[in-house]
Parts: sequence; C-alpha cells; structure tokens
Amino acid sequence: MKTIRIISKLDIKGPNLVKGIHLEGLRVLGKPEYFAKFYYENGADELLYMDVVASLYNRNSLHDIISKTAEEIFIPLAVGGGIRTIEDIKSVLRSGADKVSLNTAAIKNPAIIKEAAEIFGSSTIAVTIEAAKQSDGSYLAYTDNGREHTGIEVLSWAKKVEKLGAGEIILTSIDKEGTGEGYDIELIKLVSRNVSIPVVASGGAGSPDDIYQVIQEGGADAVVIASMLHYDFIQRHKVSGNFTEEGNIEFLKGGAISSKITPSNILEIKKYLKEKGVEVRLN
Amino acid sequence: MKIAIIDYQLSNLFSVKHAFDYLNVESAISSDKSVILNADAAILPGVGAFGDAMNNLKKLGLIEVVNSLITSGKPFMGVCLGMQLLFSESEEFGAHEGLNIIKGKVVKFAKPDKLIKVPQIGWNQIQKTEAGWKNSPLKNIKNRDFMYFVHSYYVVPDNSNAVLSETIYEDIKYCSSLLSDNIFATQFHPEKSGQEGIKIYRDWLKSV
Repeated sequence: MKTIRIISKLDIKGPNLVKGIHLEGLRVLGKPEYFAKFYYENGADELLYMDVVASLYNRNSLHDIISKTAEEIFIPLAVGGGIRTIEDIKSVLRSGADKVSLNTAAIKNPAIIKEAAEIFGSSTIAVTIEAAKQSDGSYLAYTDNGREHTGIEVLSWAKKVEKLGAGEIILTSIDKEGTGEGYDIELIKLVSRNVSIPVVASGGAGSPDDIYQVIQEGGADAVVIASMLHYDFIQRHKVSGNFTEEGNIEFLKGGAISSKITPSNILEIKKYLKEKGVEVRLN
Repeated sequence: MKIAIIDYQLSNLFSVKHAFDYLNVESAISSDKSVILNADAAILPGVGAFGDAMNNLKKLGLIEVVNSLITSGKPFMGVCLGMQLLFSESEEFGAHEGLNIIKGKVVKFAKPDKLIKVPQIGWNQIQKTEAGWKNSPLKNIKNRDFMYFVHSYYVVPDNSNAVLSETIYEDIKYCSSLLSDNIFATQFHPEKSGQEGIKIYRDWLKSV
C-alpha cells in the first residue's frame, strides 16, 4: 500500500514565517526554524518552504533559514518561490534543500523543467500549479501567489509538466488557500487521475477529515498542511509560555483564528488517518 | 575518527555531511584519493544515473580507490545509487557495468500488466530478514520502521544471505539494505529518514 506523505508548508517572508488567506494578507507568525523543528519532531514527512515575496526581497535570509534547517532536520526539505534559473536551483540545493518547486519560471519557460530534471534528476524538481476555478467550471493556472492570470488550463499544463520530467506536482487551490474550508477535491481529482507522477494536494485544510477526504476522494499522493499546524503550535507554546517571538501575533492573542480551522498537530492527524485506513508513517 | 564522503560530482552530498556533523563526527566531502584512502571509513552516497556515476568514478580515478578501501577491510557504506554501484551490472538506460564488488544486478521497478508510479518517492517500511539485525547498524531499528526512499531501480544480489532488510513497493519485494563483511549498504536515505535514520549512521559509526 502507498504511504501518504504529510507535508508541513511554511510560507516565508524575509526571516519570518507568515500566513495569508487566498495567498494574500500575510501575517507574521514567528521564526520558521522553531516551527520546523517542532513539526519534524512531531512526525512531518517532509517540509516545504515557500518564499512568498521572493521577487521583491533579497534571498539571503531564505538561504540562512534553509541551512539552519538542514543542520538539524533529517527529512526531505523542498523549497519554492522565486526560483527562476538553473543557478537559483543550484544555490538552493547547496544551502541544504533536497528539492525545489518551480512555478512562474516554468510557465514562462517550460523548457527549464526538462533541463533541470536532466541535471538534478526528476525527483529533485517539483512544479507548483496555483489553480483557480473559473465561472464556467474550468480551472486556470496563475502565478505570483495567484495575482497573475496566465490563461493556461490546469490539466493540460499538468500533463505537459509531467512530460517535461517533473517529479511531482504541488497543486494549490487559490480559492481554498488559508480558508480552512477543505481542499478543492474536484481539482485534485482532475489532475491526480490523469497524470502518473505524485500529486500533492495544497490549500484549504481545516480539519483532519478534510485531509482524509482529499486522499480518499481526491486521490492525493501527499497533502500540504499549514494553518492547522501553525495555530496548534502557537496555542501550545503560548500556553507553555515559550512563545516569545516578536511579530504581529496580536491577532492570535485576540483569538482571531478562522473558525473553520481546527488547530491540530501532525501526530493527531496521522493517527486519525490511520484509524480510517490510510497508510501513514507512524514510527 | 574521520569519515570520507566520496564525491563523484553528481549529487548533493551536504545532507550526508550534516548527519555526521550532527553526530559530532569529522567528515570530508572529497574526490581526492589520499583523503579518501586515509579516512577511517568511507561512504559512497548518491542520487543520479548509474552510467554517469560510473563514468565519473572512472574519470576521477576512484574505481581503484573504492576497491582498495574495501579490500583494506575498513567500514564502507553505500547509500541509494551508492549501493547500486557496488553491483555487477545495471539495466539503467541500456546495460552498464558496475563496480562488481557484490555479485548481482540492478533492475527497474516494472510490472508487465500494470502502470506503476516510478520513481518511488516517499516513506516505506523495512522488514527484517532471517539474518536479523542484532549485529548490524540496524540493531536499534524496529522491524517495519519507515525509511525515506527515492529510486526507480533496485538491487538483486545473487547471494540472498547478505540481505538485511526487504521492502515492498507496488507488490514488488526487494532488497532495501544489505551487510556483507565490511560493506553496509542501504537503498533508502538514512540522512532523510528522521531520527531513526540518524541512529543507523550512529550505529554504523560504532563499527569504525
């Protein structure tokens, strides 16, 4: 049986972990290293760092965060956001990442997928597809955190990405991202049924059952979770008095967490999935 | 104690080095013969294509180095492609000769009647064989613990006595680690398999 991977996504802005809704309205949550360490110890199968404003800021802090992470965290680390060239890929891998995820660069120049897969191996190259549902029911791909419309249809793009040699597809629903309303199962199903590389479902996880549904109904090979884990981490550490990071966390103290998001940790989520018959890594 | 991480210029070897740093063991990523031969133990890691790897080893003069290290009796570890390279031959993109240190071949995941997802990317269980793990670097690992795998090919040793663990992917049962005299090799990446993987390096280092 296939073991489903649970991936913690950390959106990074400068030195901070941030989180937005629909990929917008970012709020600072704290230092990513602390969150990452906790997720690692709690059973995350993989980490995904997304540099959400990469094109606007310099990259030094991202490389710092990657190398600090790689020193003490021994699970695969994927990095995306603002990776434009083969040189960018090299430098992120050199900092300690195991794979990269391309979006804008791949859309602008699909040949980079093939070139990168030949140099670094398919399993090192993932492609992120940011998808939004249109009024006619179709899905189109976007770039730049859902701001730039490309007019490219998601399924044909996914098939092309596979053909060019990408090792997996991280499929993000812009409509669901950060809302806790559940994954866009229709979107995930559309792609996972039609490609033979792993499809990673992203955007919308609000409860363990949402995660179960996207695996069961959507056929996801892996799932990305962010807010549920971050809110759990903050609650946990606020209670214990260990959460002393600066940053804009006033909204958290005020309890202004989206009511649709149930804070949960990875171990709880995995136990829930296991009970439902999903194969997960529980050592 | 000093460990040589053999660099044949194909892949990212930092994660292996990070694991040794974490264990406070001195290690060096190197293609230099004298550095490698003077180390107390060596590790051949790697992700990439079999043919390219063999060509690079040849070009860098490292084939004799690996051979003499292994005959010297020093602990030697192969990881992922580094395990496969120790075998006689691989069918990856046409037949390629390997280092021929372990008799057997390297074959691709395939099923005649079914389309399967290759490469295997992700966590999978390692199962104990009859040999047991007592006197091996897996001695502190629980049977069926999960390790992290990224590969399209797997090894088939002629001598099944060397097989330390087996793993099943898409109903194909294959050798996921082996121990043969001073050679220990894993198809999975201990440096990406969490604290359990770190334990494997720690216990392998005890043999150094």
